[in-house]
Amino acid sequence: MTRAPLHLAVALDGAGWHPAAWRDPAVNARELFTARHWAGLVAEAERGLLDFVTIEDALGLQTSRLDGPDERTGEVRGRFDAVLLAAALAPLTTRIGLVPTATTTHTEPFHVAIGIASLDHVSLGRAGWRVQVSARAWEAAHFGRRQIPALIPKRDTAGQWVPDEQARELIADLFEEAADAVEVARRLWDSWEDDAEIRDVATGRFVDRDKLHYIDFAGSRFSVKGPSITPRPPQGQPVVTVLDHGGSPVPYELPARAADVVLVTPHSRDHARDIVEQVRSRPRDGHPLKVLADLLVHVGDDAAGRKARLDELAAPPESDAYTFAGTAAELADLLLDWREAGIEGYRLRPAAVPSDLAAITRELAPELRRRGAFRSRYEAATLRGHLGLPHAINRYASQKADIA
Amino acid sequence: MKQVHLAAHFPGVNNTTVWADPRSRSQIDFTSFADLARTAERGKFDFFFLAEGLRLRELKGRIHDLDVVGRPESLTVLAALASVTERLGLAATVNATFNEPYELARRLATLDHLSAGRAAWNVVTTSDAFTGENFRRGGYLDRSERYTRAEEFVRLSRELWDSWRPDAVLADQESGRFLRSGAVSAVSHRGRHFTVEGRFNVPRGPQGHPVIIQAGDSDEGREFAAANADVIFSRHGTLEEGRAFYADVKRRLAAHGRQPHQLKIMPAATFALGDTDAEAAERAAEIRRQQVGPQTAIAFLEQIWGRDMSAYDPEGPLPDVEPAVEQGVSQGRVQVSDRVAVAARWRAVAEEKELSIRELVIHMTGRQSFVGSPATVAAQIEEFVRTDAADGFILVPHLTPGGLDDFVDRVVPLLQERGVFRTDYAGATLRDHLGLGGAA
Repeated sequence: MTRAPLHLAVALDGAGWHPAAWRDPAVNARELFTARHWAGLVAEAERGLLDFVTIEDALGLQTSRLDGPDERTGEVRGRFDAVLLAAALAPLTTRIGLVPTATTTHTEPFHVAIGIASLDHVSLGRAGWRVQVSARAWEAAHFGRRQIPALIPKRDTAGQWVPDEQARELIADLFEEAADAVEVARRLWDSWEDDAEIRDVATGRFVDRDKLHYIDFAGSRFSVKGPSITPRPPQGQPVVTVLDHGGSPVPYELPARAADVVLVTPHSRDHARDIVEQVRSRPRDGHPLKVLADLLVHVGDDAAGRKARLDELAAPPESDAYTFAGTAAELADLLLDWREAGIEGYRLRPAAVPSDLAAITRELAPELRRRGAFRSRYEAATLRGHLGLPHAINRYASQKADIA
Repeated sequence: MKQVHLAAHFPGVNNTTVWADPRSRSQIDFTSFADLARTAERGKFDFFFLAEGLRLRELKGRIHDLDVVGRPESLTVLAALASVTERLGLAATVNATFNEPYELARRLATLDHLSAGRAAWNVVTTSDAFTGENFRRGGYLDRSERYTRAEEFVRLSRELWDSWRPDAVLADQESGRFLRSGAVSAVSHRGRHFTVEGRFNVPRGPQGHPVIIQAGDSDEGREFAAANADVIFSRHGTLEEGRAFYADVKRRLAAHGRQPHQLKIMPAATFALGDTDAEAAERAAEIRRQQVGPQTAIAFLEQIWGRDMSAYDPEGPLPDVEPAVEQGVSQGRVQVSDRVAVAARWRAVAEEKELSIRELVIHMTGRQSFVGSPATVAAQIEEFVRTDAADGFILVPHLTPGGLDDFVDRVVPLLQERGVFRTDYAGATLRDHLGLGGAA
C-alpha cells in the first residue's frame, strides 16, 4: 500500500528550544534580533522542502516559570511580533508555509484576521495562523482589560501539570473565546467573494457589493460586523493551526471545531494512537483536519554529545513534547513508527539552530525521502497545497449557489 | 540650503485613484506595493506611507462601490516591504482608538528591527461608532477623549520602548549572560485610559522610538503634534495658508522644549506633469475628470446634501433641492457638520461659475496639486519649502503602481540640480533622513 508522504514542519523560536541553545558556538547570538538571522533559518527549511515553519510568540517576556516572569539573564529574552516577522520572511522565500503564532486572548479578532489575510497576500498563499490562548495573569496585566487569576500549577503522578477547578473554568472560557475568534476570522476571509472586484468601467463600479458580506458575528465576548477591509486572501482561508496538549478541560475540542491542522504531543506510539482517536471522536463539521505531532529534537551523529553539552550549560526544558536525541536514521524510524498510529506529519522543535535544523533538512528529510515518505520537490505553491487541503469554499458564495 | 523632504503615499481607498486607467494594476497584490516602494527608494524619498480604514465606507446604507475598496493591514505589508527595500522609511497609519499600547508598541518596535531603523507610525484616532462595530470595545470613545487617549497611548508606547536599555542584549556566549542585569525595567502605568504593569518583550529598536507622524488641523491636533510628533501631515493648499500653519505649529514647539527642526511639516500633494505647462494643465484636468466620474460626482453631492440625488444628470445644473438635515447618509468618511451652510456655499460657487454638478464637484474637491512641466513643478516645490510653507510633501500619485515614475525620473533630478534634494541617502534610518536626531 502506498502511504501518503509525511508532512514536516519546524518550530522556530530564538536560537532553539533548549535554554542553552544560544550558547552553541554555531549560533551568532548577537544576530537573534535581526531579519537576517530568521531569513537564514527559513531559507534552510525551504531548501529542505519542509511544509511550513511556525514562529513562536506571546504577549509577555519569555519565562520558564508558570506563575510569572523570571529575572534570568542567562536565557534568550525578547521576541518579535510573529505575524510581522513572517511577513518580512515572505518576499525572501517562495514556497514554504509561514505560520506565526498570535494569541486570541488580548487581541482584536478583526486585527488578527486582516493581519493573517495580509500575510497570505504578501506570501501569495503561504500563510497560516497558530492560534494561542494566554492564561497568564502577568500577560493580562499588560493590557489591564481583564482579570486573569494567577494559576497555581499542580502536578499529577505522571508529572503532568493539572489545572485546579478555577483554572479549568478559565481555560475552557479562553478556548471558547479562541473558537469565536477563529470563526470571526474565517467569516471575514469569506466576506469578500473571490470575484468581488469587477472594475466595471461602464457603470463606474470598482466592486460588486453584492459579493461583499456583513458577517454579523455576535458572541458572548465580542461582536464583529464586517465585511473585512482586506479582500479574500489567495488561499481563500489561510491554514489555522492549534497546538493542543490534551491537558485542558476541553481536550481537542478547539482544534476539532476550528483548525485545519492540530499539533499534538504524544510520548509513544500507543499514546499517539490514543490521541488520534480522541481528536477524531470530537464533534466537527466535516472539513479535513491534519494531525501532526510535536517533537523536541537533537538530531545528528553527535546528537547525544551536543545534548549533553547543552544540558551542562542549562537544565533541559520541561517540555510538553517528547524529547528525542539521536541520528537522523533513528528519528526517521520513530516518525514512521508513530505514523502507524495515525500521525500524518510532524512539527519538529530544533533544540538548537542552526545545527539541529540543518540535520533535519540535510539528513532527516533525505532519509525519509529514501524511504518514500517525503517529497522530493514542492508540487504546490500554497501551504494548503503542501498539506493536501482543498481551497476553502466560500460560505457566502455557496449560500448563493444553493438559493440559485 | 534648506532641503526638501519627500514621501510617497500608496494611493488607497478614495477617488484619487484612477482604477479605470489601463495602466492601473492591483491595489492588493504585493507586487504593486513593492513596485511603488522601489520607485520611491530609487527617488531617494524619505518614506513610504500607508493609510488605514477599519470599516468599508457606506453611502445610503450600502457599501460604496465606485472607488477602490479593500486594502491589506498596513504593518504586515510594511514588514514585507522591509525585505525588498534598504533605506526607505516605512510609515503605517494605525488607529490609537482600537488598539492597545503593549501590542501596538511591540509591533512597531518589531518593524523597526526588521527594517533596521526605518519604522514610522502615523497616529490617528476615531470616535466613530460605525468603525467600532468591528471591535471588542465598540464605539465607546467620546469625541473629546480621542486626543487624551492618543496622547496617553504615545506616551506609554515611549515608556515601553525606553524600558529596554539600548545595550540590553549582551549575548555573551562565554559567560552565559544573555541580558545585562537590570537592562529591562518594569513598566507601571496607571492612567486615564490604560493600566499597564509588567515588562515589555521587544528589545529597543534601532531608532529607539519609531518616527511619530500625525495629521490634524484643529487646535488640539496642532497641540498634539507639537508635543508628540516628528512629522505632521497637513493639507494647506496655498503658500499663504501653508506659511501661516507652518509658523503656528513651529511656534508651539518651544512650549514643549523642542526645536523647530524636530517637527517636519509635510502636506499631502498631488501632481500632474507634462512637457509644457499647458500640456500638464490639460492632463491635470483629464485626471480630475477620471477621478470624478459621473457616478462619483452624484455620490459626492449625496454626501453633502444628505439625500438621494441619483435622479439628477451629473452633467446638468445643480438641482434646486434643499439638503436633508439629518446626519448619517454617509458612513466611514468625514461627516459634513453643517449641511445647510456647506450646500449654500457649493450652490453659490456653481451659480457664479456656471458649473455642472460634475464640474462643481471637481472644483470643490481639488487639493494641493503641482501642475506643470518638470521644471515648473520643481520650482514650485522649492518655493514652498524655501519660504517655510512646508518642509516637504507626501505625494499622492493617481495611478497604482506606476504613478510615481514620471516624478522620480523627471522632477527629482531637477530638485537635485537645484541642490535642495539629496542625491543619495546620507544615513541609514528614517530619523537620519528626516534630520530629526536620535530619540529623546
